[in-house]
Amino acid sequence: MATDAPRPMFDTDELVINMGPQHPSTHGVLRVILRLDGERVVDCDVVIGYLHRGIEKLCENRDFTQIVLITDRMDYVAAATNNLGYCETVEKLMSIEVPRRAAYIRTILAELQRIASHALWLGTHAMDIGAMTVFLYCFRERELVLDLFEEYCGARLTYNAMRIGGLPFDLPPGWDRKVREFCSILEQKVVEYEELLTHNRIWLERTRGIGVISGPEAIAIGLSGPPLRGSGVARDLRKDEPYAAYREFEFDIPLGLAGDTYDRYLIRLEEFRQSIRIVRQALDGLPEGPIVGKVPRLIKPPAGETYHAIESPKGEIGYFIVTDGKSTSPYRFRVRPPSFCNLQALRQLIRGHLVADVVALIGSIDVVLGEVDR
Amino acid sequence: MADDATPTPPGPPAPTATPKPPEHTIEAPTGPPDPPPPDALPPPVTVTAVQAALPGAMAHLSYWVGDWTIVTSPDRLVEVCRFLRDDPRTRLDFCSDVTASDWPARGQRFDVVYCLYSTSLRHRLRVKVRAAEQDPVPSVAAVWPAANWLEREVFDMFGVNIVNHPDRRRILMPDEWQGHPQRKDYPLEGPGELLLEDPLEWLRLGNAMSAADIE
Repeated sequence: MATDAPRPMFDTDELVINMGPQHPSTHGVLRVILRLDGERVVDCDVVIGYLHRGIEKLCENRDFTQIVLITDRMDYVAAATNNLGYCETVEKLMSIEVPRRAAYIRTILAELQRIASHALWLGTHAMDIGAMTVFLYCFRERELVLDLFEEYCGARLTYNAMRIGGLPFDLPPGWDRKVREFCSILEQKVVEYEELLTHNRIWLERTRGIGVISGPEAIAIGLSGPPLRGSGVARDLRKDEPYAAYREFEFDIPLGLAGDTYDRYLIRLEEFRQSIRIVRQALDGLPEGPIVGKVPRLIKPPAGETYHAIESPKGEIGYFIVTDGKSTSPYRFRVRPPSFCNLQALRQLIRGHLVADVVALIGSIDVVLGEVDR
Repeated sequence: MADDATPTPPGPPAPTATPKPPEHTIEAPTGPPDPPPPDALPPPVTVTAVQAALPGAMAHLSYWVGDWTIVTSPDRLVEVCRFLRDDPRTRLDFCSDVTASDWPARGQRFDVVYCLYSTSLRHRLRVKVRAAEQDPVPSVAAVWPAANWLEREVFDMFGVNIVNHPDRRRILMPDEWQGHPQRKDYPLEGPGELLLEDPLEWLRLGNAMSAADIE
């Protein structure tokens, strides 16, 4: 795309500027070194690692039960999803069956988490581009989700909301009614977001045709989640490799056509609606029964290794766990962080665009640096 | 972070946290078991395609809790990966993850693991190579560009000698860092001030202490 740009009237030297690590639109501590030709980005280098806490090493020295807490700290705006992926991986290793009620509640929590994560994304992304109102609206609705989580498990950000084999708590009385109320509130609010943005001329100018990536390119670079679906690739692990109780629900996978920032925005807005649909179905069909399966007192999986992935709001979050069969902690604990893999595409997306689009693109791939750096 | 005072779940009581002896006093395991598949279970088409098209490339086949893994050698890795990506029976076009595990008690201490997925046929396969500390492991970033950063992380965290990589730099740790934190013989405790003064000395000291032969 850089070649399409008209030749500058005067010879200009390329300028290297540094963006971040302390920059409000990098959503954490991300550093991007930009090589500019005038206003246009010729190339960039993404520097990460500022938030590296060695979570993988830490988990290799903790009990299986203790790790649930640590997984909260990776993608801290979608903690319940991280818990779910981890617990399911250990359950797979130990062949533990999760009761149906627990699987349903897990699904509800994961979808509420998706709503909260997307609300945070939409608010900050819109504010990066300059729409202040949407930010306030989205945080208002995210607050409602956090209240629901607080009522369920007492925490508002790092929930520790799941256990290996099931759940720590059953639903509090009256919680399902509140979730239903929230669903009908959000349904109207999504319309409000759309009214503010979808046909807004400034929004269209800032997002349409920005950061176009084709389907095959997106697969090759390893994009997953909404950025991949924005390029028209029908891949959602909730459908392809159903986990928790997703097999039992009806929902659609929105797909984009152009693969630009605008399509990625539309996909996430539609995912709000699909999440509401799933939550409602799960509440309607919520079975009675225990919330914890048959779990041995000591969690010590037999020696072996496995990889299990689920669909987090950001993309495919996978856990690769190796056990030696002798200790109560994993021999190797590896997370496939969706933000990390999606961020890799930034360089490809950014080339040829203006400096002002850089923040739009960082926002559109939805990175959480706590997960990128672990 | 792992706070013992968290509410105990009503169902499975958390195992009492006994203080674990340090890693090195336990008899070091010499690698994952990689169990072969049961005889009654036919291997999936991904495996049979490799067996038919690239005889001798698959050194070992293993199956565990529903996952198939093929073990190959580093010198045939790129060939196998290219085949898996392009063959119409496999079409493993999505590189989910590249990672490694460290088994210091084994001669070839590293397992480099490639988790692959097919976006059209929706199946998975893991490919694994074993490598000693200095053994070159060819990069697969030319096959799947997604492997670029993932291999950088493997290089950074384990020090696997990945060759032909387009951009082999550290990714999470600072560029001037000494040592590779995910190795099992990397000291677990914080470096304190010694790291700031002399990182190499700190590493040597940590290794010596774990080998319990400090003078």
